[in-house]
Amino acid sequence: MLCDKCKERPATVHYTQIINGVKTEMNLCEQCAAEEGLINNETFASVANFTPFSVQNLLAGLMNFLPEVGNTFVGQQLKCDNCGLTYDMFRQTGRLGCSHCYDALQDELNPLMRRIHGSIEHRGKIPRKTGGIIRARREIDELKEKLEKAVKEEAYEEAAVLRDKIRELEKEFGK
Amino acid sequence: MFEHDNDVVLSSRVRLARNIKDIPFPSIMKDSDAENVIDIVKKAVYSNEILSAQFIEYDMKNINPIERQSLVERHLISPDLAQNTKNGYALIKKDNTVSILINEEDHLRIQTIMKGLNIKEAWNVADKIDDLLEENINYAYNEKIGYLTSCPTNVGTGIRASVMVHLPALSITGQIGNILNSVVKIGIAVRGMYGEGTQSLGDIYQLSNQVTLGQREIEIIENLEGVVKQIINNERKARNDLFTIRRVQMEDRVGRAYGLISNARVLSTQEYMKLMSDVRLGAVLKIIDIDIKEIDELTTNIQPGNLQKILGKQIDPYERDIKRAEYVVQKIKG
Ligand SMILES: [Zn+2]
Ligand SMILES: [Zn+2]
Repeated sequence: MLCDKCKERPATVHYTQIINGVKTEMNLCEQCAAEEGLINNETFASVANFTPFSVQNLLAGLMNFLPEVGNTFVGQQLKCDNCGLTYDMFRQTGRLGCSHCYDALQDELNPLMRRIHGSIEHRGKIPRKTGGIIRARREIDELKEKLEKAVKEEAYEEAAVLRDKIRELEKEFGK
Repeated sequence: MFEHDNDVVLSSRVRLARNIKDIPFPSIMKDSDAENVIDIVKKAVYSNEILSAQFIEYDMKNINPIERQSLVERHLISPDLAQNTKNGYALIKKDNTVSILINEEDHLRIQTIMKGLNIKEAWNVADKIDDLLEENINYAYNEKIGYLTSCPTNVGTGIRASVMVHLPALSITGQIGNILNSVVKIGIAVRGMYGEGTQSLGDIYQLSNQVTLGQREIEIIENLEGVVKQIINNERKARNDLFTIRRVQMEDRVGRAYGLISNARVLSTQEYMKLMSDVRLGAVLKIIDIDIKEIDELTTNIQPGNLQKILGKQIDPYERDIKRAEYVVQKIKG
């Protein structure tokens, strides 16, 4: 196969890019690939022989493994009303279209996420602005745990401080 | 003896994936959305006193291929962002420790990078920048599953912490396969130096967390750090064994690599990486007297994009190999 760009040298670098949902496959020679600044041709030259594991492989593997719920019920395939993405489109690209996709496709995404992460319950960071109440609720829970510990250790001064903080937060966010 | 375990660990990185509420994800968004994202992120950065003075802007469509490649080689942007010459954009902190990547797979990714084993510090900095940006950006967030990302493999915390390690002794003693396979089984992904799908060059591997949902950020960080510390111990033990049991062979191996690298007239990146691995090991074992920080800097500088940037012009691969050899010889011999 000859290089798509110069059509002179043999194409040794093959890549796929998806921009705005349009998939383009390119086959370039090393020199043209380097000129395009696409990849570092010397570093990437003999790629294939090392990939013990990668996120994309995992995702592709899992998606093939999971039953195709959407295709079983022809005409009822899950689709995001907000952006129009269907589960089939997601299967092809591994990318979701918008934040509503998580709700619209949840019947198919949840099992997938559970397999990838072992859980579908976020326990990490909560944004300050959007997550005011959730944040406060979690903070109260954490303070209560600390309070319990302080009481057990008979650290009463610390316990009193913690108790006041909990009261303050509960008053502010109405429990 | 070594700063932040830099005899084994080259660098630590933390990346947070974030998207803006009510704008379609990059995979389907229009150019006008992409421009909007750039505006929103820039506004958030510049309206913040702490952030505004620190960043330099890189518009992928306005910078040349060599510069883009150089940014990738220095791990300041991702290969994916470099490819998006339509609306890819980056804000990079002047000291090169923080990058905000715009319109990559997600609307924005906050990346912090530090030398040696420093994952916690990298997380603390990324966390703070995230908080500052959040004052002016409404993130796509869901109470149940956390930060919403374009790919479900990143959802939840959106965090990807990674550590680049140099494991020559585990490779020489043949233990590397077993170790990497067992690491993969406990949820750590292993890749080559430039991320997904890249081969390992110079016995350098990138280890990162696989799970992003269901665990707290600090648990994810501590889990990775724990695994890396065990690998450091294994590598150090293997180095020590080699040096005590196979001393002559090691001195021979290092000496040959040093001889080649300091006298070469033509040097490809691959050959450099292979020789560098032995030279770096020799430096750590004090078989040769070179500062490993200088070797690591050299390893970054001889990559094709960086080399062309240093030379100030575009040159074809073969001539590059000659220039690379000149550069390496000059640096190594001082
Ligand atoms: Zn070509
Ligand atoms: Zn959608």
